[in-house]
Amino acid sequence: MDWAQLWKITTLPDNIPIVLILLLLPYFTWLGLKQAFANDRLIKKLESDPEMAKTHHRKVEPYSKGWDKLVHVWPYLLRIEFLVAVIITVIMLVWSILLDAPLEEPANPNLTMNPSKAPWYFLGLQEMLVYFDPWIAGVVLPSLIVVGLMAIPFVDVNPLGSGYYTFAQRKFAMITYMFGFHFLWIILIIIGVFLRGPGWMLFWPGMTWDHHRQVDEAYVHLPQIFGLENPLLMAIFGVVALIAFVVVTGGITHVFFVKKMASTYKKMNLIQYGTVQFLWITMLALPVKAVIWHMFRIKYVLITPWFNI
Amino acid sequence: MEEPKNTNGNDPAGANGNGKKDGPLQELKEKSREAIPMLLKPREGRVWKSIFRHPLDEKPRNRSLAVLQNVFLHLHPARINRDAVRFSFTWGMGGITFYLFIILTLTGIFLMFYYHPSKVVAFRDIQYLEHNVPFGKILRNMHRWAAHAMIITAWLHMMRVFFTGSYKKPREFNWSVGVILLVLTLLMSFTGYLLPDDQLGFWAVTVGTNMARATPLLGHEGPGGPELGMTAFNDVRFALLGGSIVDANALLRAYIWHCIAIPVLASIFMIVHFWRVRKDGGISGPAPMLLESESDQVIRG
Ligand code: HEM
Repeated sequence: MDWAQLWKITTLPDNIPIVLILLLLPYFTWLGLKQAFANDRLIKKLESDPEMAKTHHRKVEPYSKGWDKLVHVWPYLLRIEFLVAVIITVIMLVWSILLDAPLEEPANPNLTMNPSKAPWYFLGLQEMLVYFDPWIAGVVLPSLIVVGLMAIPFVDVNPLGSGYYTFAQRKFAMITYMFGFHFLWIILIIIGVFLRGPGWMLFWPGMTWDHHRQVDEAYVHLPQIFGLENPLLMAIFGVVALIAFVVVTGGITHVFFVKKMASTYKKMNLIQYGTVQFLWITMLALPVKAVIWHMFRIKYVLITPWFNI
Repeated sequence: MEEPKNTNGNDPAGANGNGKKDGPLQELKEKSREAIPMLLKPREGRVWKSIFRHPLDEKPRNRSLAVLQNVFLHLHPARINRDAVRFSFTWGMGGITFYLFIILTLTGIFLMFYYHPSKVVAFRDIQYLEHNVPFGKILRNMHRWAAHAMIITAWLHMMRVFFTGSYKKPREFNWSVGVILLVLTLLMSFTGYLLPDDQLGFWAVTVGTNMARATPLLGHEGPGGPELGMTAFNDVRFALLGGSIVDANALLRAYIWHCIAIPVLASIFMIVHFWRVRKDGGISGPAPMLLESESDQVIRG
């Protein structure tokens, strides 16, 4: 066991922020969910007690009749902002005194860094390169992430949960977000930072980076598993497999929507629903491809002369 | 009537009453007597009042004016939701992200005094900065770590906005502006990575921009690229790097994107972002909770 290797990765100055986010993200997730669950308890109480619902001020924060609903920005907000600014300044100063920014050797195109890793916040993208060709992993998927994020407000037709923490009223939205962000994005970054070594091969914590380890080149394509070798047949098979994937995941999602989220489904127009389905299926494709790659070494599902998926 | 307690300079009674007090010296003496209270109470003087346009005493009106009449504070409303000032709702994350951007702008300006965006010189500038410039090392460190921190806080800010459903009507557009800000934040970090011109930045940017080769239609290795006549010397990657490899032109381009173009864009989008927070009715909550049975009212409303 070589824990020094893991320690070396973890204490790399540029990796300190990812260590930081591994502490901050659980904390703030907890802070948000704690409030969501507290609100959900109150919501449940109000749903079951219409009389109380009529008079209640509808917040968990204390409130009494005589209190103003509004407070002055000066001093009640500005003093907080000032304090936060001072605290952040102190944190940044201490951080900058204790930890030096890295400076490697001068750039040298003839001396390849192995592994050459992007900064940690891009390692999710770099990790996707393992599972998809660069045009998908490096261009299409990042664009879809950005466009998909921007689309969220326009496809989320649920009027509940606007301006307060809640889980119960927005289960699908919350689970989707946490699946995309906490699970996929952060896990990919963790893999990229901690588990990838020379040649972008997997090295488990406790393993030493071996610069001479052979790249495991063995892989197959999905159609080959089924005994197909003819390019045309392989392409047709690939298209069918992709369609099957879309139909199955889309179908399950559809049944879920119709059965479990009937009122939401009714409010959505076709474009909204189609966008949700499309983004959701695309998002699922990533872990599915990762799993079939790691378990069966399947590189491509669809092979054409112009592009492969 | 006794002694007129008049500090006002042009007291007609005093001047006309007995002319013998006139004389240049006497006049100076009187003027200095007037000046003393002015110096002791600057807040009543003309200069003060010209800067701060209202008194600072603790009246509700003045508390509002203090915010509304100050160019730096006027993005705030005069009063806000009493629960919105609680840390638990916003976590202060948007504000912290903005404050980190300010730190980055300030440290960045200082760094620019010591940095030339050209091959060989750039690397030496960083070394010089670390070893010879007073406080140079801490300056560089702070710029670096604030950049990393800003990405973390922007992600957390986005998470809190999502968790509180703050992107819902009427804030849909501001969420989209936020996404653009997030992309710009990441791009600022990425372009900055190349500037020290060391192995770390060079290879990170090489790996990153290599993906641009594979852009569909616009990259020379992307689907449809070669068919459209893309080569390594005219595709998007060439446009990004100003060449077919990461070299002097790429350094200059990264520098200009990093120090001018993206910060200006980000500032513009931040102005819009903050403006929209106000125009959409201030931050979203903590709002009174809606019940399932009432949700149809909202749709119609
Ligand atoms: C450079 C990055 C950003 C800065 C400086 C910034 C700054 C701010 C500030 C100061 C606020 C006021 C409330 C608060 O502090 O939470 C705010 C609100 C908001 N931000 Fe951002 N933001 C950034 C990025 C984002 C991102 C990435 C998103 C979402 C994708 C976003 C969406 C919003 C929305 C929807 C609001 C209104 C929230 C509400 O009404 O409760 N912002 N932003």
